[in-house]
Amino acid sequence: MVSGSERVTILNEDAVRRTLSRMAREIVEVNEGTERLILLGIQRRGKELAERIREEIQKSEGVAVAHGSLDITLYRDDLATVGPRPVIGESRLPLSGIDEHAVVIVDDVLYTGRTVRAAMNELMDWGRPSRMHLCVLVDRGGRELPIQPDVVGRKVQVQEHQRVDVLVPELDGRLAVELVTTSPEAA
Amino acid sequence: MSPAASSLGKDLVGLEDLDAGQIRSILDTAEPFKEISERKIKKVPVLRGKTIVNLFMEPSTRTRISFEFAEKRLSADTVNIAASGSSVQKGETLVDTARNLEAMKIDMVVIRHWASGAAGFLADRIPSNVINAGDGSHEHPTQALLDLLTIRDHTGRIEGLKVCIVGDILHSRVARSNIFGLLKLGAEVGVCGPRTLLPAGIGELGVTVFRRVEEAIEWADVLNVLRLQLERMKGGYVPTLREYNRVYGISTRRLEAASGETLVLHPGPMNRGVEIDSDVADGPHSVILKQVTNGVAVRMAILYLLAGGAPEQAEAAKQEGVG
Amino acid sequence: MARAMLIRGGRVIDPSHDVDDVLDVLVVEGKVARVGRGIEAPEGAEVVEAGGLVVAPGFIDVHVHLREPGGEHKETIASGARAAAAGGFTAVCAMPNTDPVIDSPATVGFVRSVGQEAEAARVYPVGALSVGQKGERLTEIGELVEAGAVGVTDDGNPVMNSGLMRLALEYAHAFDIPVADHCEDLGLSGGGVMNEGLVASRLGLKGKPNASEDVHTIRDLLLAELTDGRIHLQHVSTWAGVDAIRRAKSRGIRVTAEATPHHLLLTEEAVGNYRTDAKMNPPLRTARDRDAVREGFLDGTLDVLATDHAPHHYDEKEQAFDDAPFGIVGLETALGLVHTHFVVSGEMDLRTMIERMSTAPARAFNLAGGSLGEGVVADVTVFDPNEEWEVDPGSFLSRSRNTPFTGDRLVGRPWMTIVEGRIVWQRES
Repeated sequence: MVSGSERVTILNEDAVRRTLSRMAREIVEVNEGTERLILLGIQRRGKELAERIREEIQKSEGVAVAHGSLDITLYRDDLATVGPRPVIGESRLPLSGIDEHAVVIVDDVLYTGRTVRAAMNELMDWGRPSRMHLCVLVDRGGRELPIQPDVVGRKVQVQEHQRVDVLVPELDGRLAVELVTTSPEAA
Repeated sequence: MSPAASSLGKDLVGLEDLDAGQIRSILDTAEPFKEISERKIKKVPVLRGKTIVNLFMEPSTRTRISFEFAEKRLSADTVNIAASGSSVQKGETLVDTARNLEAMKIDMVVIRHWASGAAGFLADRIPSNVINAGDGSHEHPTQALLDLLTIRDHTGRIEGLKVCIVGDILHSRVARSNIFGLLKLGAEVGVCGPRTLLPAGIGELGVTVFRRVEEAIEWADVLNVLRLQLERMKGGYVPTLREYNRVYGISTRRLEAASGETLVLHPGPMNRGVEIDSDVADGPHSVILKQVTNGVAVRMAILYLLAGGAPEQAEAAKQEGVG
Repeated sequence: MARAMLIRGGRVIDPSHDVDDVLDVLVVEGKVARVGRGIEAPEGAEVVEAGGLVVAPGFIDVHVHLREPGGEHKETIASGARAAAAGGFTAVCAMPNTDPVIDSPATVGFVRSVGQEAEAARVYPVGALSVGQKGERLTEIGELVEAGAVGVTDDGNPVMNSGLMRLALEYAHAFDIPVADHCEDLGLSGGGVMNEGLVASRLGLKGKPNASEDVHTIRDLLLAELTDGRIHLQHVSTWAGVDAIRRAKSRGIRVTAEATPHHLLLTEEAVGNYRTDAKMNPPLRTARDRDAVREGFLDGTLDVLATDHAPHHYDEKEQAFDDAPFGIVGLETALGLVHTHFVVSGEMDLRTMIERMSTAPARAFNLAGGSLGEGVVADVTVFDPNEEWEVDPGSFLSRSRNTPFTGDRLVGRPWMTIVEGRIVWQRES
């Protein structure tokens, strides 16, 4: 971590679990059930969150909904300018495809909206979903594109020099949402 | 922040210039690109707006088509320049060709040329990315990379593997790139072919030379069987094609005489009944068509890794947060 | 005729008279009049103060390509003669592989007269051995000699027909000129662009094996022995070649042989990443070969230093390695390179260097000079053995810049070049 940064927990493990559980119910609600529902997690943390939401839906509804993962690297709008090329993650869609399905895009943090734009473009190349929803654990504001989430875990006000980290056990060893403040010199 | 792949620099001229980390990075990057070719819409917008010139000063069907597929699946605009009818054929020098390409503001050049060193020559003289699609008898890095990927797909590793390249090593850019790549990834490399077609001092590159193909097959986990250019017979390097097949041809009988399951690669196009028998090419040992499929993925990976990214922008990319 | 000249207070080294002392050299009517201490300058004589400088019999390069006629964009006889003078050479032998080939009395006369008009280093024509350098039948060697040719050679086109080579060696007997040969068996080297070996294998370039030079060298030595002819072997590059020449000399075969600065100093590694300024023929070879060439140069097996000055236009070298022509320029770097890497390094004394660059070449081609003896033509090279300089091809008087030594720091630099008692070049102070 950058020296001079300070971390404050916004949601601890239990709080994240409760939030995900609520988000799972909301997803079922806005889609009026689990019929033709697909949960697509954006690589990398969105994918882990989507997996947890899927477990919650299975608990409450008794249905294992179709799921997959999406890597949006190749659809980024800044590829022409970024330096070392990002490693491309796996995109895996259900065998059924996404045509005539209700696709829920799951990501950890919604910020500029550019990732979601990329994800939507990519899905359009994959097929024609009957509808798309956007589900994020944290909405930190700061949108640069006209994109709004349908299901939100928590809205967070973020100042300059602050960042929201979503931590998942598979990648970070724990489940939490933290607000990181970096001192201007360190940033 | 996304983890970053190893930078390749501006160009891909040869595997001799890369380290093991960079080679692995290309192979790893090729994996997700395999899947794109399975999609209904086989196209992603990575190279949208980029212009790529495929400068093929020597006839090639397979490599050019593979590059073209890779470029188009990444949404690049491509222009093909072939030897016949081009100004190079009319006496234009490579320097002038380079300057003209530069003046047309292109982004990348894929070059196939009869002269060893031509790709590096071009790369040193234009700001665009240059990818070597085979220069003389020097290197053919994308072919070697797709060979490495195919081998890794089937054996799960390269390190410690015994790979023997069979045939005309002397004139083969595929052989050179394979030798450099395999050695860097920790494979043991053998070569086998008529002494007339082995380069001087080949042993000093760190490869084992096999006199007889039977010994090579016995030793190897993987055989990479090179095409015998028919001109070689006219050059007197081998007496006849029939004799070449009798002495060095890869046949089912020879494979069965050796223990284990030897993997057989061939960069194509094959001379069936010369360097490889049909029952081998079409049989269970062969992964020749997998190589062709992997060729597109490897070339997509290289285009992706080379395009755009300039080292001075690396810092900016690191600062970029969650989108 | 030029006025008298007194070169005063230089270190005069004349291997032919075993002289190495601080002396004055008096030149009268284009000839050395006296060498001694405290010589008074005659009335009206030009006085050259040479304190701290070396005064030597003029250097002679017996192997240069001046490209005229036919290749004037690379070099002309005049530009080559000026480049030679600027390199400290008072004479050069121009190879006949021009377009047209120098194979007739008229063309020999052309080279000779254009060379004289240049008023720089002397230009001695070397005639072709065979008509058109086609390797089929002998030129009119007697007439070529009469017109001014100092030797014959098919340099550039090795004489593949051993029978023709025998005839040339026998026929040249009457004129007491050397027959020079570029030793290369084309059947073994055909298509090669560099040394056959690991570097060529790595780069995917076709190689010329040592054997392609050696079989030809040994053939020529055997033919010289058979005919009692005078063979001059050009640019020796292999260990076996040096070895064969050494043994031939000890058997009494009449052979002289060249070492070039590049074969003395560089190996195939200089080709590096397809560097066309390291493409020459014979090619740069391995360290073993280079070391043998050095040894031969030191012990006198290779008795003549020659540059094989081979100018090429910049865009001819700016090509793929296969397509670029062979050769490098050598006239304006030779003295600095040999002095730095043999004399300064302590491997060779100055006297031996001057022997290899002046006395021996004069002897090999029966040329005037090579000595500061009284009555000898006053061709004098004056150089500064202490001046440090950097090779900058931009300052060459040659029309071409193709050298692998660009940027090298050298010690020892030409200061003044005197031909027949006249200053033809001097360093601008």
